[in-house]
Amino acid sequence: MIEIQNVRKSFGSLEVLKGIDLTVEKGEVVTVIGGSGSGKSTLLTCINGLEPIDAGRIMVDGTEVHAKTTDLNKLRRKVGIVFQQWNAFPHLTVLENIMLAPRKVLGLSKEKAEEIAVKQLTHVGLGEKLSVYPTRMSGGQQQRMAIARALAMSPEYMLFDEVTSALDPQLVGEVLDTLRMLASEGMTMICVTHEMKFAREVSDRVAFFHKGVMAEIAPPEALFGTPKDPELQKFLAATH
Amino acid sequence: MFSYTFHWNQALKALPQMLDGALITLQVALLSMVIGLALALALTACRLSGNRVLGGIATTWIEIARNTPALFQIYMAHFGLGNFGIHLSPYTALLVGIAFNNAGYLAENFRGALKAIPDTQTRAGRSLGMTPVQAFRYIVLPQMLRVAFLPATNQMVWAILMTSLGVTVGMNSDLAGVTQELNARSFRTFEFFALAAVIYYVIAKAVTLAARVLASRLFRY
Repeated sequence: MIEIQNVRKSFGSLEVLKGIDLTVEKGEVVTVIGGSGSGKSTLLTCINGLEPIDAGRIMVDGTEVHAKTTDLNKLRRKVGIVFQQWNAFPHLTVLENIMLAPRKVLGLSKEKAEEIAVKQLTHVGLGEKLSVYPTRMSGGQQQRMAIARALAMSPEYMLFDEVTSALDPQLVGEVLDTLRMLASEGMTMICVTHEMKFAREVSDRVAFFHKGVMAEIAPPEALFGTPKDPELQKFLAATH
Repeated sequence: MFSYTFHWNQALKALPQMLDGALITLQVALLSMVIGLALALALTACRLSGNRVLGGIATTWIEIARNTPALFQIYMAHFGLGNFGIHLSPYTALLVGIAFNNAGYLAENFRGALKAIPDTQTRAGRSLGMTPVQAFRYIVLPQMLRVAFLPATNQMVWAILMTSLGVTVGMNSDLAGVTQELNARSFRTFEFFALAAVIYYVIAKAVTLAARVLASRLFRY
């Protein structure tokens, strides 16, 4: 369970998170929508401790992320994150990209790491690309590889930060299909996205962020069907 | 008009002697690169340390190495240090001077290479649970080496050519030194130096080619 309690975060004088409360249960899929600068991506990087917070707290299975005593490297094995820019490691083949962290962080043998990597790559439809270097692949393929790389650590939670935003339109579908597949397998996910149709389909709940505040959160039918927050109404009118 | 008679035979007869000198040249250049690389790593670490004293020393070193004549750097190692009672042999002075120069250029090269690797690469590694050291070692460093490799081979070629400055501090066993002595005995300046130039050229080209082959093996992406 991820518990976000009254989290505040500023960059300089700009407060990007103004007291966020959100609890995500095991197996739940929560998507976060909202305009740019609404703080939704920042929240994700705070959850796995890549960004410090100014106030409040974030608990992952009872461990406080920003406590001084928390081993963040250990926590990050449990909470995978995939970014808008997929950040493939260009000097490694696709297979090696996936094997690196299981070997160095989890200390798995080469054979075991390879077995996991092949399994995850096959899972995301890249079973044929094992010995290819990532720069030879499309953005969609590289993004799926980044997802497989995070999954290879057997995380219990996955955070997706606008993973389709940097892709050409025709490549968005393949990545969303991968996310749908994960959701259907019961992965606990928080997805920041601009894909409304996707959010409506996969989410248990959808959260709308506006200027650092979670203005509304509801199951998709309610949030998209009968939006209450005036800003959300405006947002949905503009994106439809 | 043009009445000079070439005496190539005399130069060719001295070829074995000159090739022995070439080996010394290569030895000094290689050693100066090894020492230079180690020093450059240390200078880079000093610069990144955030410590003002260490950073200042590193920056001063790099500035001097890159913006003063290599000849002066070698002179200082021999005659300059000699004034303070530190007497280095011509061989050692040459090695120290070139290693000093190499370290400055290579440190700058490393800095550029480090800048060329985006922070997001480290972030991606950290998000997979790697420590900062692991992210550097397995993600940043291998990519840095690729960026730094070809400029470093240029420095190696430059180091080979710089060894010829050793004659000014009395170095007589390297290719330039041997050539200079042969010249002093025969005054066949053109023949001896032309032959020496060919040898320098062949060595420099061989190093460049070898580096290219090595690069294509090391960096497949």
